[in-house]
Amino acid sequence: MDWFSASQLLIAAGADVAAAASEGQPAPIVVNITIFVLACFVGYEVITKIPPLLHTPLMSGSNAISGITLVGSLVAAGSGFVALASLDGLVSLLGFLAVLMATINVVGGFVVTDRMLGMFKKKE
Amino acid sequence: MTDVVYLGYLLAAVLFVFCLKMLCHPRTAVRGNLVGATGMLLAVLFTVPRIVEIASHSPGTMLSKYGVLLAGVILGAAIGATFALKVRMTAMPQMVALFNGFGGGASVLVAGAEMLHNLNKTIEISVAVATVASGVIGSVTFWGSLVAFAKLEEYKAFRKPIRYPAQQPLNAVLGLIALALAVLCVINPHQPALYWAMVLVCSVLGVTLVNPIGGADMPVVIAVLNSYSGLAAAATGFVLNNVVLIVSGALVGASGVILSQLMCQAMNRSLTNVIFGVFTVEEDTAKADEIYRGRIKATSPEEIAMLFDSARRVVIVPGYGMAVAQAQHAVSDLAKHLEERGVEVEFAIHPVAGRMPGHMNVLLAEAQVPYDKLKEMDEINPTMSQADVALVIGANDVVNPMARTDPQSPIAGMPIIDVDKARTVVVVKRSLSPGFAGIPNPLFAADNTLMYFADGKKAILDLINAMKQ
Repeated sequence: MDWFSASQLLIAAGADVAAAASEGQPAPIVVNITIFVLACFVGYEVITKIPPLLHTPLMSGSNAISGITLVGSLVAAGSGFVALASLDGLVSLLGFLAVLMATINVVGGFVVTDRMLGMFKKKE
Repeated sequence: MTDVVYLGYLLAAVLFVFCLKMLCHPRTAVRGNLVGATGMLLAVLFTVPRIVEIASHSPGTMLSKYGVLLAGVILGAAIGATFALKVRMTAMPQMVALFNGFGGGASVLVAGAEMLHNLNKTIEISVAVATVASGVIGSVTFWGSLVAFAKLEEYKAFRKPIRYPAQQPLNAVLGLIALALAVLCVINPHQPALYWAMVLVCSVLGVTLVNPIGGADMPVVIAVLNSYSGLAAAATGFVLNNVVLIVSGALVGASGVILSQLMCQAMNRSLTNVIFGVFTVEEDTAKADEIYRGRIKATSPEEIAMLFDSARRVVIVPGYGMAVAQAQHAVSDLAKHLEERGVEVEFAIHPVAGRMPGHMNVLLAEAQVPYDKLKEMDEINPTMSQADVALVIGANDVVNPMARTDPQSPIAGMPIIDVDKARTVVVVKRSLSPGFAGIPNPLFAADNTLMYFADGKKAILDLINAMKQ
């Protein structure tokens, strides 16, 4: 089975689990664990095929993807910075720092990967 | 609305999978990276409704809500892009380590912020566990990556691994304290102080875990930290019940695991051995003298130029020394000169050459060496005996035949590039000093080996001049 049909199958399986969840069957955490485990397999299958030639761009690229925490950071930062002493203020400050770090991670990661990959040329 | 957001996140996750798939070939890799960036942009856009919803329920002015958020994004993007555009290719390992650390740090802060946010609500045990996991993995990743960065950047205080008595027991104690705090934190999810105490202990642990690990083991460390940053993101995904974080985290986690496995195989060591079994370096000068005495043949650029005159196939074996000497452009020029004379030139890349997986490939690509000339170890080894000249520059342990011959050697069983099978071996090196493993290299004393003692870059430039005459 090639990677594409494999991943489609997994996505379909994930959707099934999600559908079951909405009927009130398994707890959200169980659905999440299912998705996590299946995604690990997809990742393993796809990434084993990446040649050593491109291992550095793989690291920086996957690094940028791990900056997806940005999504969570943005929600936290939007809580409203009223005053540092207040709870919302604290949440917002933590959110701000998280957004800062995650954005550095995401933007830096994708830009540096693009720069590196642009250098790989075949013999003219 | 929630369903649309959910499907949007799913789309982003699918794009990430495509991104990794397209990284399988240099032809599609640039587009693959753009696909990944598009996925990230989508994930952020699909979060906007949620941000608006949260912000509408919280006090504060528009400026205090969205201003803070935009300031973070703009500042972060500017810093990230500046770093990414300015960094030298030789400094790529520390750059990746730094970015990695920021990802881990963000996870710690998000989980912490979410905990504060839920102070007055009931927190499910599964969410509490995920929060704690984000805190533990994220803080170890953040501080571990900063130490790795400092080591790779060769800051003075970090140049030599700092050793102190009872290092491992101390780490074990720290680990137990962190575990105890983590359990307490899960039981009392409304006590942020416990969470931050745990983060503090794990921060110390991150520093003490990475600190004793030496330079040549860095490829493994970076790969492991990469995997951690993915797991931290996944754990945060469990906290926020957010599918795109979980999927991306799993993908990155898998990538880090695969790379650390490959790196460990390339050194014939286990992961535990690399992380905990600090490589003890004992320079055995007596043994080195015995191997080297009277057998070392020093050579000159002129002699090597003559050797190249009659060569038909040359294999160049680069190592970390080439990166240190910034010699990649000179080496690329040399390869071009050789090719103009009809010599077949190939580069043999050992998996752990350099300070991160694939380090040498990036450097040579930067110096405009076409990627089809960069050969993996397993590909080049069977043809090594048909090479007229093997030119070793800045590599040592990865070409040490002792790995094959001496079962007592600390590098016994490590796969090496079989340069000793080439007709003639030329080693460019400053002195006979040992490599990271601290052991002598019988290759330097072999009958078919010539030593060219010089600084890497100058050596290659002199060699090119000698060839022109």
